Amino acid sequence: MSVQDFEKIFQDKIDNETKIEPKDWMPDAYRKTNLRQISQHAHSEIVGMLPEGNWISRAPSLKRKAILLAKVQDEAGHGLYLYSAAETLGMSRQEMINDLHSGKAKYSSIFNYPTLTWADIGAVGWLVDGAAIMNQVMLTRTSYGPYARAMVRICKEESFHQRQGFESLLVLSRGSKEQRDMCQDAINRWWWPALMMFGPRDTESTNSDQSMKWKIKRKSNDELRQQFVDMIAEQIKILGMKLPDDKLKWNEERRHYDFGEINWDEFWQVVKGNGPCNKQRLDARRKAWEEGEWVREAAVAYAEKKKLKVAAA
Amino acid sequence: MSESLINYTLHLADNALILGQRNSEWCGHGPVLEQDIAITNISLDLIGQARSLYQYAAEKMNAAAGKEHPAVTEDTLAYYRTEREFKNCLLTEQPRGDWAQTVLRQFFFSTYQYYLYQQLQQYADTNLAAIAEKSLKEVSYHLRWSSEWVIRLGDGTDESNRRMKEAVNELWRYTGELFVPAPYEKELGIDPGSMQADWMKKVSAVFEEATLQVPEKIFMQTGGKTGVHSEHLGYILTELQYVQRTYPGCEW
Repeated sequence: MSVQDFEKIFQDKIDNETKIEPKDWMPDAYRKTNLRQISQHAHSEIVGMLPEGNWISRAPSLKRKAILLAKVQDEAGHGLYLYSAAETLGMSRQEMINDLHSGKAKYSSIFNYPTLTWADIGAVGWLVDGAAIMNQVMLTRTSYGPYARAMVRICKEESFHQRQGFESLLVLSRGSKEQRDMCQDAINRWWWPALMMFGPRDTESTNSDQSMKWKIKRKSNDELRQQFVDMIAEQIKILGMKLPDDKLKWNEERRHYDFGEINWDEFWQVVKGNGPCNKQRLDARRKAWEEGEWVREAAVAYAEKKKLKVAAA
Repeated sequence: MSESLINYTLHLADNALILGQRNSEWCGHGPVLEQDIAITNISLDLIGQARSLYQYAAEKMNAAAGKEHPAVTEDTLAYYRTEREFKNCLLTEQPRGDWAQTVLRQFFFSTYQYYLYQQLQQYADTNLAAIAEKSLKEVSYHLRWSSEWVIRLGDGTDESNRRMKEAVNELWRYTGELFVPAPYEKELGIDPGSMQADWMKKVSAVFEEATLQVPEKIFMQTGGKTGVHSEHLGYILTELQYVQRTYPGCEW
């Protein structure tokens, strides 16, 4: 069979909603796009542990501490499934981690913002996990089987996190003036970065057409962003807080909320590494990895010794 | 009797909370993802144990105080007591150090908790007995996990062996306190010293497999159980209690 035949079989499968599995033939670009996307997603889970982990030691009640620890632990678990899903495309976890540390691989820019007050933990859960879910729900139907299956499990946990985040803000919104101010301030700081999570506008987005054709993506950046705005613009009413956007307004004709323009300069600056915490996040990951090296080496050395002992016995 | 039971419950709770707090420092910074998850899990178990114990202590304290006093809760106990009121053992408040110190401390402490909770399951106070019974399942896992790490690092590479020896050197002096009864234990007729032989037997067996030496008799530091701590505890509490103390009386 010629490459064209393989390509046709591949595209037919996608058109018929049959999942692509690791051993199936796939175009090189499909493999690369999925590998880039899944590993980037895995890195985001791992780097994403840092801004939230920042408040574990200071969580304001034992219940909140336990919830936050469990949440950050869930993110680590998501990272694990995603690294495993990415490994099915032929790259080891070690190589992916090296690419993260060298700056070659990206992770979601949202984690380059600092968590300054306790309210940020609620805002991250509500807005950041909320935005991530929009994308992830779509990805449960993505064409690459291992990625889609990892997403099904991840989505269940993420929607739980989003509810926890919202509930945590709800308590603040009904609390003292200081708590309400803290809540509003966190929303003000996280709103625009959360909108940026959906990526560039459709007109600026590279690779999007091909990703749609291969059903890696099923909705465009702008569609998902709009869906998110519509959801949050309603939910914030329950909190009695405001989104920091004067242009936010229900448009009866479109049956959607209109909203203001994202600061794209800021978006690109953070992507390029100039966000408030880009350096700290990568430094923290590298430090953990370097300081863990002797531990990993010892574990390997011990396992080998044990194998030899068993073989000798 | 009732006051001693409260103090003893607080002592058990403080041990679990402070060690849980220490272990949680690893979350997001572990040597490998699987172990990041494992140490966070242990931290969560310990904080869960602390919560059950604080809730029980709070119930006893509220009952003893009558209604005119403000209600004691798990959070008032964790967030509004001072350094001198915490009754955790010195071992639990030591810095997390490197992975060798973390797993060794966990091993020392889990071995102790393993025998302690076995005894407490039979204790006359049925609430404490029930908490012990529930916690024992978790502790058995912590003990297995930490023993395996002590062996793996002790018998791994030259570097890991050296680091384990340093950890033993650093932490051994805090193990004696586990077995010295505080006044509240004496009054309740609880003798932690009765577990020392079992503890030593387990530690010796694991150390042998790990190619580590049990230290010669050295001076043991004590004081935590009666509220005389190392300088570390003040910093732990400063961080742990910061939000509650900055905005007192709020719901979170």
